[in-house]
Amino acid sequence: MKKIFKLALVAITVSQAVGCASLGVQPWERDLLAKEEMALNAEGVDLGLDDHIYFSKEATSGGRAFAGGGCGCN
Amino acid sequence: MQLTDHHSSIGLADSTVTKPKPIAATLALATCALLGTASPLAQANSNTADDWKFDTAILYYGETDRVSLVEGVISATKDFGDEHIFNGKVTFDGLTGASATGAVPQDTVQTFSRPSGNAGYAVVAGETPLDDTFKDSRVQLNAQWTQPLGTDLRGSTGVHFSKEYDYLSLGVNGSLARDFNQKNTTLSLGLSYQFDSIDPVGGTPERLGSISVLNSLSDYDLYDDYVDEDRDDNGSGNAEFDDHENHYGSRDGAQDKDTIDVLFGLTQIINRRTIMQLNYGMSVSDGSLNDPYKLVSVVNNQGTVQDTLFESRPDSRTKHNVYWQTKYAMDSGVVDLSYRFATDDWNIQSHTLESRLRYNLSDNSYIQPHLRYYQQSAAEFYQPFLLSDQPLPTYVSADYRLGDMDAYTVGLKYGQKLDNGDAWAVRVEYYQQNPKNAGFAEPGQLAELDLYPSIKALIVQFNYQF
Repeated sequence: MKKIFKLALVAITVSQAVGCASLGVQPWERDLLAKEEMALNAEGVDLGLDDHIYFSKEATSGGRAFAGGGCGCN
Repeated sequence: MQLTDHHSSIGLADSTVTKPKPIAATLALATCALLGTASPLAQANSNTADDWKFDTAILYYGETDRVSLVEGVISATKDFGDEHIFNGKVTFDGLTGASATGAVPQDTVQTFSRPSGNAGYAVVAGETPLDDTFKDSRVQLNAQWTQPLGTDLRGSTGVHFSKEYDYLSLGVNGSLARDFNQKNTTLSLGLSYQFDSIDPVGGTPERLGSISVLNSLSDYDLYDDYVDEDRDDNGSGNAEFDDHENHYGSRDGAQDKDTIDVLFGLTQIINRRTIMQLNYGMSVSDGSLNDPYKLVSVVNNQGTVQDTLFESRPDSRTKHNVYWQTKYAMDSGVVDLSYRFATDDWNIQSHTLESRLRYNLSDNSYIQPHLRYYQQSAAEFYQPFLLSDQPLPTYVSADYRLGDMDAYTVGLKYGQKLDNGDAWAVRVEYYQQNPKNAGFAEPGQLAELDLYPSIKALIVQFNYQF
């Protein structure tokens, strides 16, 4: 399982890195991406509250941000 | 990658696209864009430091017959100009209700001592043992500073402090993000260190030690005769800390743990409508990872409880995860899809799939359905109970949160922007956890009892931004 996980990680990273050259937009094409709701951390307060709930109820945390919980709930 | 403590809302990787856009700034942006300037938003904001922006929320989380929580958040953000951004956040929560101890149900009444050993409680036949004294309040403070460090480099640093009755958490974090390829690609690296100290009610129990057995009133009286000798483990003498005193003279006081997190992030703009990020995170914890309130039942071959022990978890844990997120801008809203795979040296693997679909009802209102599916496999030391004719393992926990489980969330959010620029939103969600048998045979009476009850929770949240 660990091996598959590592291979997948490498494959995804390489494919993303290689793809970068042809991906992307010109500065004047950022109209949609510049919308507040398109930010990756839009609704940050909601995400923080969700992280707290799931951190305290499940065995896994982190991913989007650091895994530490900062509470004694798990 | 969101280069902050996870309770904070300022991200680095996407800071170039998160600013509010007053008309003047939008025009400036358009002008800069036409001139091909590399960092239009930074320039647009360079002479218009924003006012404080507040993001507030209050959340209710309630499980059927178990825990309920009310949590409030006030997050304040200010751009001091040139993308020098401060975010401060205060979180407070209050928790009450009952929490599963890990002990198995029985077909007769069971009695348990409370965590402090000061008193007992009874659990009726067939019911999952819950400790109904679960009650705590918590305050958390976060502060985060983010600023450019040259043309394509940004840095961010922050601290957090969190205190609850039996728990203290202190943390620092720092991160760097660098843009490439006309800001279409961002690489980031974040580090965080967290110190946690737990000072459990009744002191830290001995691993695999039996919980004290208090069968009658005379037992309580007997204990009371020497309770004074156990007092002031912390040397505080403060009445507020009375519950940390206990009837377990040999127990230790506060236990610590250290956690270091590393987070690598790659953010890539795919096209005019699509942005993607891929994170790899590693988290190493050392120290006391036991939950001092969790128990394990020891049963005979009839499934009848012979003894009840405190759990014993390893004192280190290394976790890895990969997180992928894509956001796609539709004409009428946003699709947000993410997947996380996590694994650790406790042999827990988990998969999380999440989607939010924002659909704009008008220029200033939207609805947003939310779906989340989560599945985890059990820790290698997870056992729902121990058998009395087997030797004691070094590590064991019957905490269902470390067992086989899947869970799902279904929710709906409605949000509206007001004429004065403020915004409000409300969301209602349903969360259900379904613990599963990871392949353990259930002797005698246990086969007839529900060892893996589902947990059902309602989440209601109200947001206001101004």
